[in-house]
Amino acid sequence: MSDFVTPFWNWFVILISFISIVACGVLLWTQNTPPPRTVDTTGHVWDETLEEYNHPLPKWWMWLFYITVIFSLVYCALYPTLGDFQGALGWSSTGQHAKEVAKVDGDTKPLFDKYLKTDLKALAADKEAMETGKRLYLTYCMQCHGADARGGKGFPNLADNDWQWGGEPAQIVETISNGRMGVMPPHAQLGGETIKDLANYVRSLSGLAADSVRVSKGQEAFTSAGCVGCHGPDGKGMAAVGAPNLTDKVWLYGSAEATISETISKGRNNQMPAWKDFLGEAKVHVLSAYVLSLSAGQAAK
Amino acid sequence: MSEAQSTYNYKVVRQFAVMTVIWGIVGMLVGVIIAAQLVWPDLNLGWLHFGRLRPLHTNAVIFAFGGCALFATSYYVVQRTCHTRLFSDGLAAFTFWGWQLIIVLAAVTLPLGITSGKEYAELEWPIDILITLVWVAYAVVFFGTIAKRKVSHIYVANWFYGGFILAVALLHVVNSAAIPVSLTKSYSAYAGVQDAMVQWWYGHNAVGFFLTAGFLGMMYYFVPKQAGRPVYSYRLSVVHFWALIFTYMWAGPHHLHYTALPDWTQSLGMLFSLILLAPSWGGMINGVMTLSGAWHKLRDDPILKFLITSLSFYGMSTFEGPMMAIKTVNALSHYTDWTVGHVHSGALGWVAMVSIGAMYYLLPRLFGRSEMFSVKLITVHFWVATIGVVLYIASMWIAGVMQGLMWRAVNADGTLTYSFVESVRASYPFWAIRFLGGLLFLVGMLVMAYNMVKTIAGGRTVDDARVLQPAAHHA
Repeated sequence: MSDFVTPFWNWFVILISFISIVACGVLLWTQNTPPPRTVDTTGHVWDETLEEYNHPLPKWWMWLFYITVIFSLVYCALYPTLGDFQGALGWSSTGQHAKEVAKVDGDTKPLFDKYLKTDLKALAADKEAMETGKRLYLTYCMQCHGADARGGKGFPNLADNDWQWGGEPAQIVETISNGRMGVMPPHAQLGGETIKDLANYVRSLSGLAADSVRVSKGQEAFTSAGCVGCHGPDGKGMAAVGAPNLTDKVWLYGSAEATISETISKGRNNQMPAWKDFLGEAKVHVLSAYVLSLSAGQAAK
Repeated sequence: MSEAQSTYNYKVVRQFAVMTVIWGIVGMLVGVIIAAQLVWPDLNLGWLHFGRLRPLHTNAVIFAFGGCALFATSYYVVQRTCHTRLFSDGLAAFTFWGWQLIIVLAAVTLPLGITSGKEYAELEWPIDILITLVWVAYAVVFFGTIAKRKVSHIYVANWFYGGFILAVALLHVVNSAAIPVSLTKSYSAYAGVQDAMVQWWYGHNAVGFFLTAGFLGMMYYFVPKQAGRPVYSYRLSVVHFWALIFTYMWAGPHHLHYTALPDWTQSLGMLFSLILLAPSWGGMINGVMTLSGAWHKLRDDPILKFLITSLSFYGMSTFEGPMMAIKTVNALSHYTDWTVGHVHSGALGWVAMVSIGAMYYLLPRLFGRSEMFSVKLITVHFWVATIGVVLYIASMWIAGVMQGLMWRAVNADGTLTYSFVESVRASYPFWAIRFLGGLLFLVGMLVMAYNMVKTIAGGRTVDDARVLQPAAHHA
């Protein structure tokens, strides 16, 4: 695609660029004077003592200047510099990028093809593959999930055995490939008191200190307000819609009564971005195996 | 001629000279604080974290410290070399108080997070308008003084000061064009890559005209004066002046290599940055060669040490700059601490040192003394500052090249060898050395402040310096 709306601007840029480079050389050429026999001052005096000699331009300095001008003209002929002219070498920055990416992709394709054919659980036990997985993780995932994969507020801990969207290999692959939209709808219409009751009930599900009167009121509200629809009658959640298990002592946003109340009244919006198009199937496969391997040690618990 | 017209206006020079030292200390102190915040992240307290303080540091050292030094010296030089008093005392006083107000407003708004988000042009639109007013007044005073000069030829220092004043006016007005939505918020008049291009056209020329042309003007007066020698070559000063101001205007795109900017624009930026090498060195050659035949003076004159060392750093950083503008080098150096080191070899080594030398020349003359309170302390300042700069730029070179190499290292499986945070961890020792270097430079400024206070205490304010008659054969 051309950067210029009309050919006029293309030629305008070509001419002004070319002339400007040449003009630097011409300026220098016109100032090339033979060295005088004696160097004197110009005869002007300012502020009592300020005078100027008029030494000729140092030869080495002039050559330095000329070389940069000549280099520039050669560069203009070889690389994209003058308007739309692509240069004799046909180089472009996007072309260079595409070439470098293609080379690395080509070099590593056999390895990743092999990984892609390996079963996810077997891959999670492959030490060498998991070294690769770890480095991919540290490049693409740690910004949100942390260097130790333990997440943070709003970012799930990947090193435990709790799975908001399911921990089966296919489910992990789906999460990384296409991303997830986690939506807890706002329930401010329930009113402050009911929300407080619900928060106490939710805390009690994980065995945290709670007001027993509010817990029983909250338990009723949990059904009547429709919480069961996503979180289930027993509060154990539903991986298919990403509704968290409320009984497992894992807190994505925090377990304080005020925080839970905020979650209920204002709702939460969360997003895991989709990586399939950016990373490709094979790298998603390796990353999925790596995420699985992180919780392998936890499985017994 | 009235009594007022027969003397130089030293008052405004004196005010700016004193504020140069004060703002230098403030700006460099903030620099040392943010350097410490990188080494000890716990020092990022509340709103006073790195992100808020960094623009305060850059604005304070460039526009408060550097700006006051340029105002002080240009007002002094233009009067002395035109053999006439400043064009307007009232407007000159307005530029002083206006500029101080701008600095104070910057120091308040930037930590509050009020920013346009454009590097080195962060101040919001009401302050931008104030800058424009002060700058127009500055131009009127400066060029008005040139117009009523008593000598026919305009001394070379004034070309550089004049070029700097005109170019900065142009850069500031174009780049700050914005649509205000409230008193404290505006949006740039440009969008996308055009906005980036305008910003770096401004950004690089802020370096080229504010931090180079202006300070070359300073150099062209104070080096020959302090050395007691004629300038080396008039012809060289003409050629490098026109070549410098012409090519600098093209160099901005080298800040945007390998971005959405079209390839041809990037190439032009790179080529003109390379062509810029010789014109930049012209100033260094003219300054250093001015000393030929008087090298012995360097041995025991600490002011000359400051001036000549500043030219060495100038030569070094104007060689380094074109090299970093080459695309393949930039691919390694961009976004690393190498850039930070490069900037500081220019800012501390060149800009600060030439200003410090000029201030040591000016202060005794403005306060009626033959020399500073203690010449020995100037020598101390020189060595402390030089060691500080060397520590600063050496550590940033090593850190920068290391970061660039770590970021591009790739394993056989195509994954990155190092995560970003590993390069951060590896940088800590060098950040600590940089902190030490910056701290030394700040200590030097405190020594200078002490010397200045003592000089003022034992002196008197000079307001009766008579305008000199031009040399007979020159009038």
